[in-house]
Amino acid sequence: MKHVKTISGANLAKSVNKGGCGECQTSCQSACKTSCTVANQKCEQKKD
Amino acid sequence: MIHKFKNLGQYIVLDVASGAVHSLDEKAYALLDCYDGNGVFLPENAAELGLVGAEYDEAKEELQSLIDEKLLFTKDIYAEIAKRWDKQSVVKALCLHIAHDCNLRCKYCFADGGEYMGKRELMSAEVGKKAIDFVIEQSGNRKNIEIDYFGGEPLMNFDVVKEITEYAKEQGRLRGKNFRFTITTNGVLLDEDKQAYINENMSNVVLSLDGRKEVHDAVRVRVDGSGSYDRVTPKFQKLAESRNQNNYYVRGTFTRDNLDFAEDVKHLMELGFEQISVEPVVAPETEDYSIRREDLPAIFAEYDRLAQILTNTRKSGKFVNFFHFMIDLEQGPCAYKRLSGCGSGHEYLAVTPSGDLYPCHQFVGKPEFKMGTVFEGKLDENIRKRFMNSNIYTKEACSTCWNRFYCSGGCAANAFNMNGDIDKPYEIACEMQKKRTECAIAMAAALSE
Repeated sequence: MKHVKTISGANLAKSVNKGGCGECQTSCQSACKTSCTVANQKCEQKKD
Repeated sequence: MIHKFKNLGQYIVLDVASGAVHSLDEKAYALLDCYDGNGVFLPENAAELGLVGAEYDEAKEELQSLIDEKLLFTKDIYAEIAKRWDKQSVVKALCLHIAHDCNLRCKYCFADGGEYMGKRELMSAEVGKKAIDFVIEQSGNRKNIEIDYFGGEPLMNFDVVKEITEYAKEQGRLRGKNFRFTITTNGVLLDEDKQAYINENMSNVVLSLDGRKEVHDAVRVRVDGSGSYDRVTPKFQKLAESRNQNNYYVRGTFTRDNLDFAEDVKHLMELGFEQISVEPVVAPETEDYSIRREDLPAIFAEYDRLAQILTNTRKSGKFVNFFHFMIDLEQGPCAYKRLSGCGSGHEYLAVTPSGDLYPCHQFVGKPEFKMGTVFEGKLDENIRKRFMNSNIYTKEACSTCWNRFYCSGGCAANAFNMNGDIDKPYEIACEMQKKRTECAIAMAAALSE
């Protein structure tokens, strides 16, 4: 495409099908302790 | 719902419900204003804005193909999922208040100088071990369990930290659980032995350092009022190197006294740190150093400046990770995690030195939030359900916000402290969080070029 570059696809919508295992890190344990930042957490099923 | 914004020279559109992110040229970006909320193109709007001609027709076709592929103007499917969701959450993380005491007197401390509105107290190994038994019992089939040693200052009670850690490892082996430990420290008591134990056992360590010496020393003072920068900084540098610049954070706090906090991040980079978090103070407006609404334009400009600095750094081949700009657009948290947020009060609990349980470290000292004790082995169901049932759709302000899948409804403690209700997010924090999400996405786009 000439006018559009897709940086990432419909990954949130796709995660509905496979998500919810609950094994991921609790967000407040990582660094913040005074805010809530969830989107920067890793999925435990992430393939490195 | 879409969210469009310009940052780092990028024209970005985020499709909120699908999570898709697109970088556009100026023509396609302008044309987005000619669609209604459902993705229907309104030619009269385009004509009115003068967006006509072959190039615009071409851009319109490209946007239409994104709509057809469900990558733009998609519908929210999660509100229904949240309503039907029979959440069976288990406790999977504990914040152990290993010491309600501190050897610093940081002026912005939310923990009341380590005492949490109570008395100076150290956790015993007995209480810590009971907490480990408690979380194993409560964690159901979940394998990974997190323990964070927090305070006050945990290094003031490090023998107990070690005893609890060894006990948890042993129990984990016996009962099929994988414990991950983290520790937060101000560094005053850090020495080689403690560093060795931390490196051997802790998957993450959070090192409190605010940035420039004058900024750090104005706030992070010892009991006698003198600054702590010179004492802790070399130890933190050594610890970061000993962990190969991985699995740690230097963690600073900025206040309205250093709204030029990008300079503090730069300073931390110059000290050689590669894992950096510098975060806004959370405090009521009655405090001189608190962030006010009128500070937001300066803070937004500073986040933009920081995003540019970090992008340039990355492009020059050097890696620096800034915690609040981290984003994994490909394999980040699933929708369920994003609906429910941090898990405080049902998945994540805080344990005081005497073994009392609270929804999180920030609720400690508020009697109405006491959920039980590690000795009883059960939780106040009313409080647990109140937190478990809270999600982005129980928060009116979040249900229509474009950023809802990135902050997941914000911090329950901040909401309660500022607005008296865990479902009423703290607006100033929301505004800063939105700006950080924009910066993070723009950096991802700029670095993908």
